[in-house]
Amino acid sequence: MTPDLATDLGFLKLRNPVLAASGTFGYGPEFTPFMDLSGIGGIIVKGLYYAPREGNPPPRLVETSAGLINAIGLQGVGVEKFAAEVLPGLRAIDTAVIVNVCGADDDEYLRVIEFLNRQEGIAAYELNISCPNVKKNGLCPALRPDTTLALVARCKAASRRPLIAKLSPNVTDIAEIARAAEDGGADGISLINTLLAMAIDADTRRPKLANMFGGLSGPAIKPVALRMVYQAASAVKVPVIGLGGIATGVDAVEFLIAGARAVQVGTANFVDPAATVRIAREISAFCERRGIARAADLVGTLRT
Amino acid sequence: MRQDPAARITLRRNWGDYHLLRLDSPNIAAEAKPGQFLMVRIGETLDPLLRRPLSIHAKEGGAVEIFFQIAGRGTARLARMKEGEALDILGPLGRGFDLAPDVRGKTAFLVGGGRGIAPLYFLSRELRARGAKVKILYGGRSLRDLPVRERFLRDGTDIACATDDGSFGRPGFVTDLLEAEIASAAPDLLFVCGPDLMMRTAAGIARARGIPAQISLESVMGCGFGACWGCVKRIARGDGGRWRKICEDGPVFLADEILWDGDA
Repeated sequence: MTPDLATDLGFLKLRNPVLAASGTFGYGPEFTPFMDLSGIGGIIVKGLYYAPREGNPPPRLVETSAGLINAIGLQGVGVEKFAAEVLPGLRAIDTAVIVNVCGADDDEYLRVIEFLNRQEGIAAYELNISCPNVKKNGLCPALRPDTTLALVARCKAASRRPLIAKLSPNVTDIAEIARAAEDGGADGISLINTLLAMAIDADTRRPKLANMFGGLSGPAIKPVALRMVYQAASAVKVPVIGLGGIATGVDAVEFLIAGARAVQVGTANFVDPAATVRIAREISAFCERRGIARAADLVGTLRT
Repeated sequence: MRQDPAARITLRRNWGDYHLLRLDSPNIAAEAKPGQFLMVRIGETLDPLLRRPLSIHAKEGGAVEIFFQIAGRGTARLARMKEGEALDILGPLGRGFDLAPDVRGKTAFLVGGGRGIAPLYFLSRELRARGAKVKILYGGRSLRDLPVRERFLRDGTDIACATDDGSFGRPGFVTDLLEAEIASAAPDLLFVCGPDLMMRTAAGIARARGIPAQISLESVMGCGFGACWGCVKRIARGDGGRWRKICEDGPVFLADEILWDGDA
């Protein structure tokens, strides 16, 4: 019997629990030469600010042991070009489209949401609360419970769609931040965003990234992500979407066991552009091998 | 653009740090154009993690060739691959050289520095097949950094070399050779690939002489097909310059479009 991968986040039903993570999947069409986009649960498109963004100077990437540090700087097209040139193509694909919402200050988040509220073909928003706030000395809302709660509450009030808060791992107590997002009215939370990192060239004694610091992703961060997903899922009632270094179906299953109802695949998309559909297939194969009828039955089943 | 998860290695050669692999991949070979590249996965493990971007060096029937220099962990491991083993490749990627309009009877200088010669061999064959008169200007630190020289000679392609240490050809940089060659007979077209400083110098020479030049840029890449936005260069297209993706908008750009680091 074919295992049932259907995933119910409460606010959103997905074909399967595999989503493409924001920032690693472009705007979606980049992957059509390599895979069928309708084979995955959903696409979370690249982080969107209201205005077009320049991004950081290169070098923007450095590979580390089983990992990747990036400092792209959220270069992007802005909402108007997104609505005119990207969304029409995404509407034609039979999968959930979630837009990752960014802002250089609280008002910009609201302007993006209000603009997108008027567009069709979007299933939910994922709030990237890790954007540096230009008015608050670069502080990310995600780093403190009070700023997380305040931003989520304002965005939720403005949104006509479900809101997922994407949490940063660069905090002392992830459970506290997860509860703040829930208290602010988030319909779900996703974690983890990248870990703040750096790389140094010993020969030149210079940072390898022009931006000095960047976000570490890839298989190297999976154990950290699993721990944080487990802690967050234990702290909140809203659905948790897990990500961080997932490269195989078994990786994804581990996140489900830790308490995630769905997962996102990120850096693996660069290595294997068909990683999302492969991972969905591998989750199915795992369930079949273990005689598990529904992937949802794995969620939060850690034995302690 | 497609994935070939098992392109079999049918030929390998090496000259010191430089390596050539021929990969049997009929569908990718059928689409390949000079200046395009492959993203090559380094084994099945997740470390090294990323694929490596490598220019298509030649097309031989249903096979594509890559020519590379060992530059780190990934290329070192690639260099140890054996004939009969298979590589997972994506390609052909990028936009390649612009060969229109008609090049028949035109003279073209192809200027390559070190491993930057890689895309120019494929280009040389294509230009010659289309009736252009090609001259290769090939530079490296020393004679052992010019391994593709013999292949150009076998094809009967006109070639001049430069070495930093004077061990072969004209002593000095390949851009010095370019200046000298242009002084005696300026070409209609210029194509350049090599280290950044060399490309920048060549672009300056082309601009000063009013010769249209196409430059193939190299970069670390996350994906190679436009999804990660990791491989940007400042490119001006009537907009004063923006970070554009080398993988998708390039890797070949017009010399006049490229704003080099430190340019105002």
